[in-house]
Amino acid sequence: MNYGPLIFLGVFLTFTAAWVGLVFMPNAQLKDVQAAVVEGSANTNPRPYSGLEASGRRVYVAEGCVYCHSQQIRAGSYQADVERGWGPRRSDPRDYVHDYPVLLGTMRTGPDLTNIGSRQPSSAWHYLHLYDPQMVVPGSIMAPYPFLFEKRKISGQPTPDSLKFTGRYAVNAPEAGYEIVPTERARALVGYLKSLDHTYDLPPLEERK
Amino acid sequence: MTTAILNPSKSPSGHEPADGPLAQARKYSELFQRSEIDLSCRYPVLAFFVSGVFWLLVGSILAMLASIKMHNPHFLSDWSWLTFGRVRPAHLSTVAFGWGAMTGLGTLIWLMCRLCRTPLRFPAMLVIAAGTWNIGMICGTACLLTGYTTGIEWIEFPLWVGFILFVSFALVGIWAMYTFGARHAGHVYVSQWYLFGAIFWFPWLYATVYILEYLVPVKGVSQETIHWWFGHNALGVFFTPIGLATIYYLIPKVIGKPIYSYYLSILGFWSLALFYNWAGAHHIIGGPVPAWLVTVSIVGSMMMFIPVTTTAINHHMTTYKNFGVLRYSPTLRFTVFGAMSYTVVSVQGSLMSLKVYNEPFHFTHHTIAHAHLGLYGFYTMVLFGALYYIVPRLTAREWASSRTIRFHFWSCAIGILIYFVLLSIGGMIQGFEMNQAGDSLFKLMHSHGWWTGTKLFVEGFKYKNGAVPFIEIVENTRPWLISRSIGGGLMALGHFAFAGLFLVNLLGIGPKRQGPTLLRSDEEGYRKALQGDEGTEHDEPSEGNMARA
Repeated sequence: MNYGPLIFLGVFLTFTAAWVGLVFMPNAQLKDVQAAVVEGSANTNPRPYSGLEASGRRVYVAEGCVYCHSQQIRAGSYQADVERGWGPRRSDPRDYVHDYPVLLGTMRTGPDLTNIGSRQPSSAWHYLHLYDPQMVVPGSIMAPYPFLFEKRKISGQPTPDSLKFTGRYAVNAPEAGYEIVPTERARALVGYLKSLDHTYDLPPLEERK
Repeated sequence: MTTAILNPSKSPSGHEPADGPLAQARKYSELFQRSEIDLSCRYPVLAFFVSGVFWLLVGSILAMLASIKMHNPHFLSDWSWLTFGRVRPAHLSTVAFGWGAMTGLGTLIWLMCRLCRTPLRFPAMLVIAAGTWNIGMICGTACLLTGYTTGIEWIEFPLWVGFILFVSFALVGIWAMYTFGARHAGHVYVSQWYLFGAIFWFPWLYATVYILEYLVPVKGVSQETIHWWFGHNALGVFFTPIGLATIYYLIPKVIGKPIYSYYLSILGFWSLALFYNWAGAHHIIGGPVPAWLVTVSIVGSMMMFIPVTTTAINHHMTTYKNFGVLRYSPTLRFTVFGAMSYTVVSVQGSLMSLKVYNEPFHFTHHTIAHAHLGLYGFYTMVLFGALYYIVPRLTAREWASSRTIRFHFWSCAIGILIYFVLLSIGGMIQGFEMNQAGDSLFKLMHSHGWWTGTKLFVEGFKYKNGAVPFIEIVENTRPWLISRSIGGGLMALGHFAFAGLFLVNLLGIGPKRQGPTLLRSDEEGYRKALQGDEGTEHDEPSEGNMARA
């Protein structure tokens, strides 16, 4: 093969074919997907993120949570996800209409978080767990995020959402007169985690005409 | 007659004796031409190589941090910029786009000049490109460590950093097209097709993904299909072609024989171009995407057996009769290690797209081990081979220490083997336990003995009922994560040894060597090994620099 133009043409055409197949076609098929309207109300499933949740999502992206946690329930022959209690049904393209970037994830060093908001609705648990995962879940290898919290001297009443080191967590409490308070970023992140709930039912997708 | 001497690429007329004065003159004219090309490549290619090795060291340190944090999460956990979720993408970006891309582009530039038989023109343009790329890398790494990321795996760098890298790549691309157009040799060697493909495909890939994911983002899960089309193609149509082009050049060069089959190389190239592009969606099997998309990608992945088999036959059959050279030539040893890894990782990769394999192991460390066998066992080892071959020709200095080269090889080779084998096993256990019913492998082996335990474990694996508590899976994975740190540590040690050797060569402070630096100082044995079963005539010293020739 001594012809530059021939190589160029082949290289161009093979690549274009795959571009049409894997980039153009899926988008043409999926671009009209909308959130499902809940019957008899103006709400949709999934609902749009609130301001706090949206900024929490940015914290989730910035701290690289996606490298250990997926956000997709596989189903069909893949029953383990459902039976593990990670979600009642397979994830659907409609579950992701408000997401940018979509965080399907490729790794389950930690559990799937598609429905963590419904599994673990307690803010206090999330704060303690983010501050020191090994304290809450012995044996966990999750990274701790002490930099999402600050240690403050208590002046007057303690802050309402400061970390509650009660029961078996008492040994981790800061010295008397001090408290560990979540920063704005931690509050936003926990807001986002609690919003992760895709347990609603979706009507079957309409066939495209 | 004079034209024949001045234009050595012309084939001999056939009327002259092979060792006659004209043939001798042609041989030395070719050697002179090559050394002229090498000299013209010196500064631009070294600029890319030095940057590449620098980013390799940065990437190795980040890798060690990430790996240790996986089994000791409290290690350096107070600093936000060293948290796992930032160090990990920074590791990927520095080794892939710093080390992999820059060293790869340096090799590409040198191969382009050698294969087009033309001295490097516009060196300043390439030095500027290397500088621009480094600026992009510094900005990008700083962004990732401060938490400023797109959040999309493989393209974590923000848009403006992507733009800087794109501009730099465009400079190299324009230069490569110009050089290809100005080539002297009539015949286009197989390496050039691959390089041509890489140069053409990468900017398209990179621009598409930034435009559709960032500039005018598409909605919903289409992002993920485009994301993995890019993620897989970055490996398939950028790193792989550069690696294969380098193997196709270096193996015949070092052992002094043509490649095994010209026709297989054509088949290998075009089937790669046709099928690799389609494989991307096998990263989202089972995900919320159209079923046809996943099916198409599984078919594409399976069809990859064609280019992989043909390339494997071509590479290994070329080496086969001169296997003894592996004992002497550093270049060949690294390159053949890479070629073998390519065969293994590609066969594994195709199988991994099958649902029966993908289902249990997709979200596990098994995939991480596979990725490292590809980008490290194959691509990085081939690049080391290229560096050992090219650098002495640019600096006109031999490598200072054969002992350091041996250390470098064994440290990296054993490191990646530990990494791949043990982490693959760890990932399989993790995957089985995440998807099976009943007790964990360890529990069953403990109570029933290892044989019955394993049998019970396999029988219980019915993709049903996540019965092993998640935290137990995490604890069972931990020992394998520690073995990863050990393997990774060995690899990093090898990198630092190599960087030292490279620095000594650049500064010219090592002992002056006369002959090529071989892995064993036995030139007689080396010559015999080169002859192999059939005697071969070398047109170029297979190791060492041109100044001596």
